[in-house]
Amino acid sequence: MNTAMIQVRGLRKTYHTGDVDVHALRGVDLEVQRGEFLAVMGPSGSGKSTLFHILGGLAPPTDGHVFVDGLDLRALTESERTEMRQRKIGFVFQKYNLLPTLTARDNIALAQALGKRKSWPEGFNEILDLLGIKQRLRHKPRAMSGGEQQRVAIARALVNQPAILLADEPTGNLDTENSDLVLNLLRDLNKRTGQTILMITHNPEAAAFADRMVTMRDGRILTSDS
Amino acid sequence: MINKLVLENLKHRWVRTLLSALVVGVQVMSILTLIGLSRGMLQDSANRTKGTGADIVLRPDTGHGTLSFSSGQVKESFVPYVAKLPHVRQAVGVLTQAVELITSMNGVNFDEFQKISGGLRFLSGGPPQGPDDLLVDEAYARQHRLHVGQTVKLLNHDWHLVGIVQGGMLARFIVPLTTLQDLTSNSKRVSQILVKLDNPSLADREVAEFNEKLKGNLQAISMADFLSLFNINNIPQLKAFIAVITALAVVVGFLVVFLSMYTAVVERTREIGILKALGAKPWTVVDILVREAVVLALIGCALGIVLTIIAKAAILAIAPASLPVTDAPDWWPIAAAIALGGALLGAIYPGLKAARQDAIEALSYE
Repeated sequence: MNTAMIQVRGLRKTYHTGDVDVHALRGVDLEVQRGEFLAVMGPSGSGKSTLFHILGGLAPPTDGHVFVDGLDLRALTESERTEMRQRKIGFVFQKYNLLPTLTARDNIALAQALGKRKSWPEGFNEILDLLGIKQRLRHKPRAMSGGEQQRVAIARALVNQPAILLADEPTGNLDTENSDLVLNLLRDLNKRTGQTILMITHNPEAAAFADRMVTMRDGRILTSDS
Repeated sequence: MINKLVLENLKHRWVRTLLSALVVGVQVMSILTLIGLSRGMLQDSANRTKGTGADIVLRPDTGHGTLSFSSGQVKESFVPYVAKLPHVRQAVGVLTQAVELITSMNGVNFDEFQKISGGLRFLSGGPPQGPDDLLVDEAYARQHRLHVGQTVKLLNHDWHLVGIVQGGMLARFIVPLTTLQDLTSNSKRVSQILVKLDNPSLADREVAEFNEKLKGNLQAISMADFLSLFNINNIPQLKAFIAVITALAVVVGFLVVFLSMYTAVVERTREIGILKALGAKPWTVVDILVREAVVLALIGCALGIVLTIIAKAAILAIAPASLPVTDAPDWWPIAAAIALGGALLGAIYPGLKAARQDAIEALSYE
């Protein structure tokens, strides 16, 4: 039985900018197993963010096959991709992207409401304990440090028990101490709960926290290191 | 949760929220105050006509049932003719002339009018003796601090104020009929004839008789029916004016909410991207903005009603005689619906713009 959570074959993505075609992905092949923590590395413009957007259902592929938890992303309509984001994907962004008007608890609750869940999933309290944000839930983002905001963002990403946690440069805006804290948390989550994680980064130290690392350049995957 | 997001968004930009709601409130107030003023003035006119004690009113036979305030359309010679008809105890010709913006002056033969009305009640001074003598009602005298013996210039004519009377009968200014006829080039003409019957219960029967006899010249109408004409729907010009103000209110409400929502969408581009990344459908994004617009409109309506009450108190304190204003609570839901309609129209384009926003572009918006 194939346990791959993500299967990508010959993935191409071309953006049309005026008269110019920009080939962001030029035939990507990738497989991520269920419960795996994968880091995707590469310089700016290598196509890793485009891969992140396609795997997260934020953009459709131009060509190739992309399966996420058994769903064929090329066959999905925009509305179906939106539903996939609700149920299968948890996003963690570099800039945290919490809604500034809501408290930490409400940011998590909003994601939960959009995912059509009525209560926190079993074990979510333990995740909040692990993230160390239980005492900060009543605070708004502006009253929290960057590290705290990123941990709230991780909690928000996990509240709907996604199949995959997609993290785009999750430590890009954090100092070393908070970076280590967040990366350790991601690794702990992966080990304790078996959460599949795909992390985009250009920092080798951050990538070292993952089980496996792939490197991208010019829209292709160059190497895969375990 | 969506409701909480809506309220928190409005709280977050509270100055903009308050200002937008205030403008919607002014829009609601303008509608409600206009209706209150229209009704107040019509009610005031109706009360004054009723206060004369007449049973039947004779007006020019114009062939339609709308209310007209045109002066001098009835030949005065009809007055003695009507006075001699069976069951008529008294007939008095009244000439009406607009003075100032919405205040009017009545010219009457004072002695004849006293017989029909049971007599004006003088608070100071007494009945007119000379051609330039003027009576003013109490509210107008108080508003303009007038007192007996004073000269008052009206219709470019100097009048000698000889009496201040209790209001509720005829116009605020009462002068000798012939003087007003001369001043307004309405010689031997009046606006209407007030008729007192010897038996008021015969009014409906007599109205039919009068209409038979006076067909083509005058139209008789019982006092009850005449009072029912004092309605906004019977004054086409007023109806049109209210429609224009209402349309303007919708446009203002639309523009204010449009601007507020549009700037909110631009400001919150990144947040819209976050919502989409979290799985919000386009309709959810529109829904959030529509709910914000609805809350703005509802706050605006509440503010508008409060402003209307304040405006009424201010109008009655400043110009109780010139601007009689009443409450129009039956128009609260109508004004609210108008404000809500404007707000919803204003939210549509910004809502659709937000819904169409590309999630990736929105997330990279600084």
